[in-house]
Amino acid sequence: MTGDRPATGTVVVTGVSRYLAAQVAARLAADPSIGRVVGLDPVEPAPGLATVLRDVEHVRASAATALTVIADLDADVVVHLAISTAPDQQHSRAAMKEQNVIGTMQLLASCQRAPRLRKLVVRSSTAAYGASFRDPTVFTEETEPREVPRGGFARDILDIEGYARGFRRRRPDVIATVLRLAPLIGSTADTTLTRYFAQPIVPTVLGRDPRLQFIHLDDALAVLHRSVAEDHPGTYNVAGAGVLTLSQAIRRAGRVAVPVLEPGLSGAAGVARALGFDRYGLDQLDLFVHGRVVDTTRLVSEYGFAPRTTAAAFDDFIRAHPEGTVLNGERLALAERGILARIRQARAAVREHA
Amino acid sequence: MSRPDIDRGRQPATEPARATLPPEEFPADPVHPAQRNGHQPRGDRPAGDQPAEDRPAGDRPAGDDEPAGDVWDRRVASTLAFLRRRLSGQYDVDEFGFDPELTDGVFYPVLRLLYRNWFRTEVTGIEHLSSDGAGLVVANHSGTVALDALMLSVAVHDQHPRHRYLRLLGADLVFRMPVVSELVRKSGGAVACHPDAERLMRAGELVGVFPEGFKGIGKRYTERYKLQRFGRGGFVSAALRTGTPIVPVAIVGAEETYPMLGDIKLFARLFKLPYFPVTPTFPWFGPLGLVPLPSKWLIEFGPPIPTAHLVDYADDPLVVFNLADQVRETIQQTLHRLLARRPDPFAA
Repeated sequence: MTGDRPATGTVVVTGVSRYLAAQVAARLAADPSIGRVVGLDPVEPAPGLATVLRDVEHVRASAATALTVIADLDADVVVHLAISTAPDQQHSRAAMKEQNVIGTMQLLASCQRAPRLRKLVVRSSTAAYGASFRDPTVFTEETEPREVPRGGFARDILDIEGYARGFRRRRPDVIATVLRLAPLIGSTADTTLTRYFAQPIVPTVLGRDPRLQFIHLDDALAVLHRSVAEDHPGTYNVAGAGVLTLSQAIRRAGRVAVPVLEPGLSGAAGVARALGFDRYGLDQLDLFVHGRVVDTTRLVSEYGFAPRTTAAAFDDFIRAHPEGTVLNGERLALAERGILARIRQARAAVREHA
Repeated sequence: MSRPDIDRGRQPATEPARATLPPEEFPADPVHPAQRNGHQPRGDRPAGDQPAEDRPAGDRPAGDDEPAGDVWDRRVASTLAFLRRRLSGQYDVDEFGFDPELTDGVFYPVLRLLYRNWFRTEVTGIEHLSSDGAGLVVANHSGTVALDALMLSVAVHDQHPRHRYLRLLGADLVFRMPVVSELVRKSGGAVACHPDAERLMRAGELVGVFPEGFKGIGKRYTERYKLQRFGRGGFVSAALRTGTPIVPVAIVGAEETYPMLGDIKLFARLFKLPYFPVTPTFPWFGPLGLVPLPSKWLIEFGPPIPTAHLVDYADDPLVVFNLADQVRETIQQTLHRLLARRPDPFAA
């Protein structure tokens, strides 16, 4: 690193047609210590992201060029964010798996042939821990899933981490960071989970009150940025400290929970449909039965950065979605005052008569 | 540890007639738990050891600005404030899902009825529990339904000078069941596995285990007070790895609550349970058969067995087995001693 040359030459960010990756790319482009930021995606970014991505070069990678593109771009750092958490209108589950698993495989093969590459950052998810009633209460990075998860996304994540491990073995000279992100939330995040909590009436699984953790979108961006700017090899849980139970989160959001019968009684698919996750499916259902809490000690000590707590991140989300609130703190306080006054009145009346 | 005087200070002014309440209206330390436990999320309690003005506004009853009335008035007000906090989600749970406010405000008061009035529980040796450090409380398990675990946690909370919480470890089967699993989590329970046990002990908690597991609660009445096998002694290696002292506990009384005469294997398989009990009242009297018999309970905490010098032997099966056996012997002998003190299981 001599003189006025930026500390990091070229950073390639995959999946920039999506919100998170576009934000990361924009953030990296704004960092003066990074020379050039290239967004890699087979499709054009959504029109709404065009202003975000104005400083980011865009390269459309097709399957034919995929194997050499990283070397051709002379990349120093690759940030792999082209991982979708749920099938959507454009992508069926098959397309999602194609992108997640085959896409990662091709990208890492390409990275392996890139001689200048010195850092790889892969987005993973806390779904890597699966979900079962035998699980320990808190997952550390070393915890292995007890059984193969039922959900498609969770299985993709296990495959992706498998490829990342293989890459680490074959290219020990490259700093590889795997970030297991908790579900994203925040004022601007728009995910299946935020849409779920934004409904006025929120279905839950009867007899279950899972413990949930979130990571604020801005904190996830900060961690991804630091992973590029600093050297943090290894696997990290990325989540806000603390826990909200699902019922507690729904109450804080002023929504009303409607418990739905357990999968064993009504069929997992039926419940998933009732919850509004017919395309998301079993990943979400398992989360809403078993919950998931991770230990972030390693992140906090290695990065020297503590994301805002789960409760704070969720509060930020609530503030951005005030519509649809059925019950809130002020209304409850008002009701409380009213009832108390009534009772006092009634008792005073009784005392006068006595 | 003094009770807040906000309650009593106001009392005589408005209602002198009600100032002489029977003492049980103010049980020595009813719902003010160990805020000093060191593991509380925050002092987010309605009535703490702090004067009202110091408490954050959200904790006060919403109508607190009015001149306060008598004891009933305050009770209504604090109940309403409790309901408001619950309904708006303004409470804290820890990473295990433990909800101290719900435990103090709802679970313990209900269990206390059984503990005090129904089972007339007597506790000895509470001084053997550490005042704020970690401890592994190991007890015998009996009585078809795991009432002994619940009573033990009430005993620890009510008798311990610092009102500590006992964090129970339950078999994974418990966490498979809906409703039950959430009640266990909210009352501070965790899965009986090494990561959970060690995490709790490293955090300085009192952890409660029943190494007999389902073999203990599912045994016949004819085998009462005979300790079953202690499994692989996993609890010992967890204690050794964290250097946590082991406190053996003997519980007498649980065996007679639901004397198990038989086990219908077919039903057990049908409902995926480890056993399906037949007691003198269940299933004959239907739901009435679920009422436990009012046996007399004795709980004795034994002297702690230090393990700090054995940290390197956590994986040595011989050391682990010997220590597990020592704990088992201690509990068995204490059981015999307690039984001699209580010849009639249903004595007053």
